[in-house]
Formats: sequence, structure tokens, C-alpha cells
Amino acid sequence: MKFDEFAERCGEWLRGSGPQSDIVISSRIRLARNLAEFPFIRRCNEQDRKGIEQTFRAAIQSVTDWKELINVDVAGLPSIDRQFLVERQLISRELADASGARCVFIDANETYSLMINEEDHLRMQVMHSGLDLESAWEQANKIDTELDKRVAFAFHEKLGYLTACPTNVGTGLRVSVMLHLPALVITQQIEKVFRSLQKMGLAVRGLYGEGSQAMGDFYQISNQVTLGKSEEELVKQVGEVIPVIIDYERQARAFLVKESRKDLHDRVSRAYGILCTAQQISSEETLHLLSSVRMGINLGLIQDLEIPTINKLFIHTQPAHLQKLRGLELETQDRNVERALYLQTHLRKRPGEDPAEHN
Amino acid sequence: MKCQQCEKPATFHITELTGPEPQEHHLCETCAKTYLSQNDAGAPPPPTLAAVLAKQLKIGQAADELAKLDQRKCPVCGITFFEFRSQGRLGCSHDYVFFEKELTPLLLNIHGETRHTGKRPAHAVQGTDAKTELIRLRREMKEAVEKENYELAAKLRNQIRDLEK
Ligand SMILES: [Zn+2]
Ligand SMILES: [Zn+2]
Repeated sequence: MKFDEFAERCGEWLRGSGPQSDIVISSRIRLARNLAEFPFIRRCNEQDRKGIEQTFRAAIQSVTDWKELINVDVAGLPSIDRQFLVERQLISRELADASGARCVFIDANETYSLMINEEDHLRMQVMHSGLDLESAWEQANKIDTELDKRVAFAFHEKLGYLTACPTNVGTGLRVSVMLHLPALVITQQIEKVFRSLQKMGLAVRGLYGEGSQAMGDFYQISNQVTLGKSEEELVKQVGEVIPVIIDYERQARAFLVKESRKDLHDRVSRAYGILCTAQQISSEETLHLLSSVRMGINLGLIQDLEIPTINKLFIHTQPAHLQKLRGLELETQDRNVERALYLQTHLRKRPGEDPAEHN
Repeated sequence: MKCQQCEKPATFHITELTGPEPQEHHLCETCAKTYLSQNDAGAPPPPTLAAVLAKQLKIGQAADELAKLDQRKCPVCGITFFEFRSQGRLGCSHDYVFFEKELTPLLLNIHGETRHTGKRPAHAVQGTDAKTELIRLRREMKEAVEKENYELAAKLRNQIRDLEK
């Protein structure tokens, strides 16, 4: 199955090479759409769900440029594989946990995914590395336009695109940027930044979305409003505030380097040391320590390690990835041992060295 | 470095970002806690759908009026207003028309606007009413089958076929 090849690779959005990628992890565009001829998901029976799947499948397969899309039947997937797709951010937790017919179309480079029968009939998501909102929007807009030629979306003259939840109506657009803000967390300014963002009508969330705690100092900033502003205005609204936050994070990093370089270097080195030598480690601690190491690399406190390696470790040390890579289902305790081993192998590797020596 | 407020060593270094220039504060743990809690009582969190709805209904509706409103049922998908407000999700695209009076203040509260100004589907949206009609016919056919009213079900099926053409 093609899908298994994902485990070894790394999504485009994690290649860590986009603009401002020392602080901006990824830029994401999400569009919510519904078919006019079916009720919203809450009122769908299994026959409706299948009808929606079929309608989109026919439309998607008729676009010549999309022949390479990988179609995954989420309903028929074991839970570890669903979890795997969530960790990779190719599907939402909502789609993973739902019941009934549902599926996802993913492009081979993992820059976009089309989720069918999520909260809305269609949720399309485009994800680019670094700060790259305009081109992500351009790509999403193209996908939407191709589908619009083939299906009838629920649309209202005054209210725009109609969605199951009134919080998404209008454009159905959610513009999000994922940021790595360790220095703002250390200097305890993060709360303040959040409050000013909220005053500007922007929402802030932790790495794994609603309800979950921010882990490893990763935060997602997105637009709150979807109605009354054009798509371009919403992209601009989020896009304009990000450089300001990047600037604050850089100032906080410079402040830390200047005022407490020793403490900072100690923190980074300890984190690196634990990751290289631990015999068992939880995914939460791993995220936390990798975050420090990532900042250390960006500040030149750690040499011989590159950001893409760290980005890859963030994803590959999560429970489902770890088990897929090992090819085994593991209990929590065994996963912690396996995770420590995986980290050792990948972190102690130096250019030109054979990682096998350390095993 | 000493705390700016007392004699203890400063362990918290806070940069205030609300002004035009970042402002640095060096405080001990106790003073930092006081400082942060003073500033914490800032803006309220953004409204959630449930909170907005609850507030709106409390202000706008008396109990018996609300009970009547809760019974209102979309003729297309069959969702009641009660179901919408308890689940926070609508049942079909016609709900935006059918519950317009209730939804307008809600949309204003969430978005500060009630008029879409962005992208529109390329081809005409005239077909939407006919498409919505399909939702109603399919639901009524299912109900007719459940009630073993096969004559009505067959009639509805023919109507669906005509519309699907
Ligand atoms: Zn003090
Ligand atoms: Zn309805």
C-alpha cells in the first residue's frame, strides 16, 4: 500500500526551508464546502455519506492534474493508521474519530489533502513550509475552482458558502500559521502576545488544535472571523501580524542570549544531552526537549545538527509514527524505550559517520 | 541582578510588548506573580458559539417563547431549533433561510458582519433551490418507507428522479 511509504518520508511542510522557517513551521489554508443537494453531516444517514463520497470521488478523478492523488478510506482504516494521519496533520482528529463513510485524498508531496465527510462535506487543506500564506491560498483557490466546475456547492447570495457551523460561514476560510515561540515562553511574554492577538480578532491554539495544551512551544495563529471579509483580506490580516510576532520572538531570543547566555546554553545542552542518552522517554518530554534543541540550533549554540532533522524527529517520535516505523504495535512503556533508541540513533549521527556504530 | 521592586534577586525577566517600544522588567518570583496577575485581567477570551447562543437567548427570549422557538422545525432537513442550539451544528443549507431571524444576531456577534464579500461560485447558483428540494424529498421518502406508505414513497422517488436529471 502506497500509504505506508509516508512513514519513512517527511511532508513538504516539514522540510524546514520556507521563509522565516527558524520560527515559522508552516502556513495552512483550510476551506470548508458543502454540496447543495445533501443535508449537513449531522443530519446525514449512511446513504447520504456514501452519496457525498461518490460525488466528490467522481469530481476529483475527472481533474487530469489530480491523477496522482492517493485516496485513503478512513472508515476502513485501523485506528493506529488514523492516528498516524493525524500526527502528520493530513487529517483532522474529528475525521479520524468520526463514524460512517469518510475518506481523504492526499497529494504525493503532502502539500494538500481533501477530507470528505468531516464536519462539512469537504474540508480542503493546503500546507506549505515556512511563512508562505499567499501561495498556499493561491493553490487552495485553484483546487476550489476546479471542484466548483464539477459540483454544486451550497451557496447563499448574501451569506456566501454555507457551512454546518455558523462560525465558518461566508468564505469557509481558516488561515493558520504555526509558530515556534520558545523564547517568548521562557520570558513569560506569551500570554501577553495572545491577549493582544485576541483583541485583534485572531485565535491562538496549541500544536494539536482545540482543547489540547500547547506542547513544545508551538502555537497556531488563525483568523476568527470568516464572514464579511474577502479571502485576500483574511490572508492579509493573518499575514501582517506574523512578522510582528517573529520580531518579538527574535527580540526575546536576543535578550536571552545577552542577559543569560550561560543559562540558555545550559538549558539547550541539557536538553540535547537527555535526548541523546535517555533510555526511555515520553512523547511529551521529547517535544519539550526538542523544542529547546531547535532554538539552540537557530541561535548557534548547537553545531552539526540541522533543523530538518529536528522537524522530522518531532513527527517521527509520536506514538503512531514510532510504531509504524518499527512495524510493531507497542505498549506505552515499550514505546518510551523505542523512542529513546530512535532519538539516540538519529541525534548522535554525525556527518560521515555510520549511525549503526552507536547501536 | 536585583528585583526592581525589592531586594531579592531577579529571576523573572519580562518584556512588555504593549507599548511602541519593548519595556524590560526584572523581578523576583513574588513580585513577578503580582505583576503578571495585575496584567492578566485584560481582554475577555473570544466568544464560543455556545456562549454566544446562551447569552443571546437569555437576553432575547422569555421561557415560554423559547420553548415555542425550540419546536420550530426546518421543513427541508427536519432539524429543530432545540437540536441546533444543543449541538451547535445546523442540519442543512436551508436552515440559514428558515432560522434567519435567530441566526442574524448570532452571525453579527461572531463575525461582526452579515454580508459575504468574498469568492463566489463561477456558475450561477440558481440551481440551489432545486438541490435543497432533493434533501426534503429524500427525507420524506425515507419517512414514507418507515411508515410503510409505499404509494407515497414511489411518488416521491419519481420526483427525486426528475430532479436528479
Ligand atoms: Zn521583588
Ligand atoms: Zn434544514
